[in-house]
Amino acid sequence: MSIEVRHLSHVYGEGSAIRTVALEDISFTVREGEFVGIVGHTGSGKSTLVQHLNGLLKPTSGQVLVDGEDLNGEKVNRRALRQRIGLVFQYPEYQLFEETVAKDIAFGPKNQKLEAAEIDRRVRKAMESVRLDYDTYAEKSPFELSGGQMRRAAIAGVLAMEPEVLILDEPTAGLDPRGQDRILSMLEDLREKEHKTILMVSHSMEDMARLADRLLVISGGKLAADGSPREIFSDPALMTSVGLDVPEAAKLCMALRAAGYDLPEDLYKPEELRERILAIWKEGAAC
Amino acid sequence: MEAQLRISAEDISYTYEEAPSPALSHVRAEIREGEFVAVLGHNGSGKSTLAKLMNALYIPTEGRMLVCGFDTADEANVWEVRRRAGMIFQNPDNQIVATVVKEDVAFGLENLGVPTDEMIPRVESALAAVRMSKYADSAPHMLSGGQKQRVAVAGILAMEPSVLIADEATAMLDPSGRKEVLETVKALNRTKGITVVWITHFMEEAAQADRIIVINGGEAVLEGTPREVFPEADKMREMHLDVPRMTGLAAELRAAGMPIRADVLTVEEMVEEVKRVCPLKSGT
Repeated sequence: MSIEVRHLSHVYGEGSAIRTVALEDISFTVREGEFVGIVGHTGSGKSTLVQHLNGLLKPTSGQVLVDGEDLNGEKVNRRALRQRIGLVFQYPEYQLFEETVAKDIAFGPKNQKLEAAEIDRRVRKAMESVRLDYDTYAEKSPFELSGGQMRRAAIAGVLAMEPEVLILDEPTAGLDPRGQDRILSMLEDLREKEHKTILMVSHSMEDMARLADRLLVISGGKLAADGSPREIFSDPALMTSVGLDVPEAAKLCMALRAAGYDLPEDLYKPEELRERILAIWKEGAAC
Repeated sequence: MEAQLRISAEDISYTYEEAPSPALSHVRAEIREGEFVAVLGHNGSGKSTLAKLMNALYIPTEGRMLVCGFDTADEANVWEVRRRAGMIFQNPDNQIVATVVKEDVAFGLENLGVPTDEMIPRVESALAAVRMSKYADSAPHMLSGGQKQRVAVAGILAMEPSVLIADEATAMLDPSGRKEVLETVKALNRTKGITVVWITHFMEEAAQADRIIVINGGEAVLEGTPREVFPEADKMREMHLDVPRMTGLAAELRAAGMPIRADVLTVEEMVEEVKRVCPLKSGT
């Protein structure tokens, strides 16, 4: 399924003294199967934006079209459309509440009045997707899990609704390196094996370099750039102007170019750069 | 003359109530005046437990923890310990207690019974030190995460501590907030000589410390300067820790036979190493 955002603006506190334009005239399209990264400084409007994509917030003006249908249109079955788009909030583990992990994950499907067998299938599948072993964890209290496991259990609760599009707001924030890596490789699998369309908000440019096909750069409520990581990360002036960093590999590439080495300007993946540096070294050694 | 000992963990162990095994076991560590020490470890490694032991929030079940010479196990010392070793935590929203920034900073002093005429200059200078003076009359909830953490640092600073313990103080911040808090604390370490214990899982932050202590499975398993610790990339990964990206790249390049230094920490150093090993031929 595709999501098209057309001239979206959002104003908080319209008509009051604290009127704030959170988003201004934003347009982009997310195609099926894409992994789109949304980056921006704190307060840039990223979280406000993603809350529009599953109808939690209504645009002040503009539209969000899901497979061509206006998410906020009058005749639309909003509930059905929203079920196809799963939103994982920041620190979703704060929302865990059930006695067991399995019950927590089953909460959404149960509300949908699915049959017990179907609920069970979904819980098992969601736990597999987030790599929580069913036999070990299903009957545990969510509060006995580690921070990273709690986060994954919360994500499983969203996956159990079997959304076609998964939107995650800062899914790795506050986790240790191992916890972060588990979330990222889980997302890689969801894209590759389950062909989910994924939108991820993150401050980590390294995570974006690893996963994103495309980046939306939000700054001051506006869409400052929309392009491939290769395009965006090779434009340090743009990134600096919106208060963001580029990945370390892109920094090294630029510094080596500045020192006179012959490298393309748009390298941003550590493995690409490693091969290039080795090639330079081997060439030098051959002479 | 050797700098004075600020924190001395003498073979300490700590077991949580009803826990089957100790969270920390037989840790020895010494931290001296003016040092900036990073403590690394994955979640559940015991690093936060260690921090809480340094602040008398927990008392060792075995061994002795001395903070500025005070044994934390002696109840009479608790306030001496806490006044000398201030602690900031992960969540900026959980440690603000007042509705105005300057009152929040004054909270600790009020508890100590510091007279108002002494309190005001101490609050002012603490806010100045974290570059938050212009927000003295602001409401904390209007501040960014990084600003809130700086206010928390000011609250500690106003108590004029010898040691600042930061337990993942940047984990919930964005990159610019992280940088601003770390820079603030580094400056306090340099200019005021405050000893810093910086608990983190950001390797790039630990790379800026004087010394690193790695905690794994409740034990202090590695210790040394960043240049000594990070080249042990395999060991670090076994403990589910990362190394700075440039140190990791150096390890991969070395594995492919390139004779570069293993202890590269930053982009600038990597550029220097590439220049050294693969010099550009001039005029070609």
